Amino acid sequence: MNLTYLFDAAHWDFSSGSIPQLIVSHLWYVLLALALGTVIALPVGLYIGHTGRGSFIAINAGNAGRSLPTLGLLMLMVTLLGLGLLPVLIALTVLVIPPILTSAYAGIRSLDPGVVDAARGVGMRPLQVLFRVELPMALPVLMSGFRSAALQVVATATVAAAVGLGGLGRLLIDGLAVNDYSRVLAGAIVVAVLAVLLDLVLAFAQRWIVSPGLRASK
Amino acid sequence: MITYLSNNSETVLAALRQHITLALIPVLLGFLIALPIGYLGVRFPWLYHPLINVAGVLYSIPSLALFVFLPVVLGTKILSPLNIVVALTIYTVALMARTVADGLRSVDRLVVESATAMGYRRLRRLFDVELPVALPVILAGLRVATVSNISLVSVGALIGIGGLGQLFTRGFQLFYIEPILVGIILSVLLAGIADLIIVLVQRAVTPWTRVQRGRA
Repeated sequence: MNLTYLFDAAHWDFSSGSIPQLIVSHLWYVLLALALGTVIALPVGLYIGHTGRGSFIAINAGNAGRSLPTLGLLMLMVTLLGLGLLPVLIALTVLVIPPILTSAYAGIRSLDPGVVDAARGVGMRPLQVLFRVELPMALPVLMSGFRSAALQVVATATVAAAVGLGGLGRLLIDGLAVNDYSRVLAGAIVVAVLAVLLDLVLAFAQRWIVSPGLRASK
Repeated sequence: MITYLSNNSETVLAALRQHITLALIPVLLGFLIALPIGYLGVRFPWLYHPLINVAGVLYSIPSLALFVFLPVVLGTKILSPLNIVVALTIYTVALMARTVADGLRSVDRLVVESATAMGYRRLRRLFDVELPVALPVILAGLRVATVSNISLVSVGALIGIGGLGQLFTRGFQLFYIEPILVGIILSVLLAGIADLIIVLVQRAVTPWTRVQRGRA
């Protein structure tokens, strides 16, 4: 067990298979999956939270999604669709949808009904209530769901390497294949650091987009 | 898929058995370890935030990395199931320590003070009052840990021991969809059944939560 692979300058030049290049492809998978997952899950979660219709789906989506083994899904998709970005993206997006959907729903449901009634009382239309009252107030809960989705997908994107694709899993799979534990350790450390950094960035974003009035009450 | 199952029933059953063992032993171990750690996080409030941060970092280590890395630390063979058990125990502790702490913190101060006033000492109060009241929160966390453990075990197949995950790698290598589907379906079913069992246990051991809901 040593850090020679991680601190070898040759592995930090930006070339194919180098650590920075693997970080970029890893982050690319993560960002695409988070973006796609948000586009799909956020409207559904908001709709269910706002109308209360289909809350059964929202409550059970969390556990159903968590129980789907990402590796199996990824291998299924590659077997069906062939190698490429699409199977990875599908497998990872399925992973991020449940926490985003569930937290959007839970965030809106957790609001004081009096606040929503007051918004209606001052004459806001349903969409105004949703976007100017419910969504901003649900943001803290929503963001914590988004952060846990991000954390999970950073860690899980490593399985892409198992089907021959890029990302930081390459260091793990290739290192293991040639019994180079220094490389495996480098992969593990870089992924963990990346996850912590991403969480910090999102924590900062949360402070920035959540209304100061909500922060004080927490 | 039916033909695949009938032709390979022994392989599938062995994989299923291994999957159950590898997923559930860590849940039990992790839960037992997390209880005192979570309690410490409540007993000494300055410990709470470091606890959560360490748990967060532990949870962000990819399972694959942990599976291949533990043999180096533990001195076990790479193919030893112990690696999977230890790795999943670590995840369970990371998840449950926080849940236990949050659960205990969610207990109404008045309840704790009443128990104290009735003469409960710290330890008896913890076991007879605080833990039972915190159970719904703690069991909710246990559901998450159990379900995610069951899904994580399959990643172990990449290093040769992964219960149902071995059906994934086999199907992937042979470019054959049946074993992958069987593996996914069994894994999801297993998670669903385990989840249901915890829910039923929770209903049985926390009857008062239903009474409250009935009144409201």
